[in-house]
Amino acid sequence: MKKIYSVLVENRSGVLCKVAGLFSRRAFNINSLVVGETDDPTVSCMTIVSSGDDHTLEQIEKQLNKKLDVIKVKTFDEVSSVSRELMLVKVKYNRSNRRDIMEIAQVLQAQIVDMSRTQMMIQLCDVPERAELFLKMLQSVSIVEVARTGTVALSKCHDQEN
Amino acid sequence: MNGAQAMVKCLELEGVEMVFGYPGVAICPFYDSILDSDIRTILIRTEQNAAHAASGLARVTGKVGVCAVTSGPGATNLITGIATAFADSIPLVCITGQVNSELIGSDVFQEADITGAAESFVKYSYLVKNAEEIPRIFREAFYIANTGRKGPVLIDVPIDVQNTAIKKFSYPETVNLRTYKPTVKGHAVQIRKVMEQLQKAKRPVICAGGGVLLSDAQQMLRRFAHQYQVPVVTTMMGIGAMQTEDELYFGMVGNNGSPCANRAMNDADMIIMVGARVADRAVNQPEIITKDKVLVHMDVDPAEIGKNAGPTIPLVGDAKHIFENLMEIEISCDHGLWVQTLYEYSKTMQEKRRPNPDYIDPAAFIRKLSDRMQRDAIYVADVGQNQIWSCRNCIVRDGKFLTSGGMGTMGYSIPAAMGAKLGLPSRQVVAVCGDGSFQMSMMELATMRQHQVPVKIIVIANRYLGMVREYQNNTYKGRYSVVDLSGSPDLSLIAQAYGMRFLRLEKREDEDEMIGAFLQGDDSVLMECVIDPMDVVK
Repeated sequence: MKKIYSVLVENRSGVLCKVAGLFSRRAFNINSLVVGETDDPTVSCMTIVSSGDDHTLEQIEKQLNKKLDVIKVKTFDEVSSVSRELMLVKVKYNRSNRRDIMEIAQVLQAQIVDMSRTQMMIQLCDVPERAELFLKMLQSVSIVEVARTGTVALSKCHDQEN
Repeated sequence: MNGAQAMVKCLELEGVEMVFGYPGVAICPFYDSILDSDIRTILIRTEQNAAHAASGLARVTGKVGVCAVTSGPGATNLITGIATAFADSIPLVCITGQVNSELIGSDVFQEADITGAAESFVKYSYLVKNAEEIPRIFREAFYIANTGRKGPVLIDVPIDVQNTAIKKFSYPETVNLRTYKPTVKGHAVQIRKVMEQLQKAKRPVICAGGGVLLSDAQQMLRRFAHQYQVPVVTTMMGIGAMQTEDELYFGMVGNNGSPCANRAMNDADMIIMVGARVADRAVNQPEIITKDKVLVHMDVDPAEIGKNAGPTIPLVGDAKHIFENLMEIEISCDHGLWVQTLYEYSKTMQEKRRPNPDYIDPAAFIRKLSDRMQRDAIYVADVGQNQIWSCRNCIVRDGKFLTSGGMGTMGYSIPAAMGAKLGLPSRQVVAVCGDGSFQMSMMELATMRQHQVPVKIIVIANRYLGMVREYQNNTYKGRYSVVDLSGSPDLSLIAQAYGMRFLRLEKREDEDEMIGAFLQGDDSVLMECVIDPMDVVK
């Protein structure tokens, strides 16, 4: 089972190491981990996607809460949240497959953000599953490099903030 | 005032009376400043033992133990001591010197990334970058170490920070950390549920862990158990939570525990785990304590609840507070019949030892020794066969039983006993170790002599690393590998070298007289107790 942890932490040096160290020390999985400053410069938000059985997922939350640099842990699944991933893919193209690549990009609402005579770079910003799908569709052409941000997520909007 | 003076001032304001440590260039400003203070410094002979000694002091006084060592190897040597304290939730503040902050990361002489290296063994750590932050950091460190689930806090202070002048020293009165608010009081609804279940239960058992001692809840536990006639068993760390001779106490649980205590856990219909982790050595099959039973798990650390066994009633809070709250709810229940059944078990289910009559029986010896110790004596067990014999046979009354339970660190007993004796000088302190663990810490006999710390030490000598030998005997069909301790020194000469009284016990008929001689007076004495090399705990 997958779970998304949105972890608010003190924006101090070494905190990323402490949180990542917790995952390796206790043999928890990290599917992706994204860190960035929030609107409050003293607080960073880490979005961690992890997988495991119910017991492990509960332990992750408890152990995160126990860390002294962790301010708050929110967990959500894919249904109750909006999640996005940004992906950049550089591919080689030629006259014969150029049109195919552009069609795939168009269908999946990806943008071509850079180009040379032999390569193009495509940007996709979507839910993680669509990013996977996009990569799968591009498998027939030759991919040069891929960079992905990992998942960022927030819980869906409510009228009353909790 | 400079950073080092501020550090010492902070220790004074925290009521620290003693610092265990080992100097080096990077911590020299601190050790220079401490000369102007009334804080006593104890020069330990290797850094690991500074943490163990601080742990011994913390465990008998309830105060935070403090140690201070230098950068690099000083700091890395300390790690085993920190990890030992972390595993048993002992409050320590460990100060390490660090190289000049501008040189951090350039691999200069005696530089080690100690905050990084110790990360998974500390409750929290600081690398001080600005001398002005020293008062706040020290205030927080002492607070963090000794509240919630207690544990070691590391403060790494670069030498230039220690030498920097600070503008104004003001010690914060309160600590306000948005990330740290330990839950002390139990949830009222959960507390009521516990008492409702206790009223219904036919065969309840309390399993008390080290958390009971850490929150100083022994008296509350005893009152609670007697009021509702609930039998009590303990984990290794919980030994001493009940007096050994209490009629409601049935011994230590676990694979090295008493058969009766384990039977009580198996037969119970309600188990109240308090301040215990449900760790593998205490409960190696967690499903047994959850199946067909009501499991109440009380702990100050919410992450421990449900980690190893899923409780019916989780209850987060400090043991002392929880017992107080539980006692406020009146129920009527009678578990007399169940207690009677356990009495029968305790009579019939004695462990079956077949000691060699030609040698001292360590089990009987420890019973006699602890029986004749002062009522409030402190008994420190090391790790190995001696620990198991001690756990099963030591009689604890108004004193304490200390040992390295979680980490199982050999060599713990001598430095911890020394720390305990320095913390409570009026108490009789006895360390019991094997000949393996003794040799891991015997350099501290010099510390004891230098600082006049009269600890009484027993070496249960079998010229083997007995616990491993026993394991190899059972698991590897007697193929003994690297467990022979021949080459060990003549302990009478060791005692002489360090100016200690020496006794050697070899014959059973001398036992009573020797124990008397050993316990007499408040001096350092080393007693070698020679046992059958093939003696086993099981």
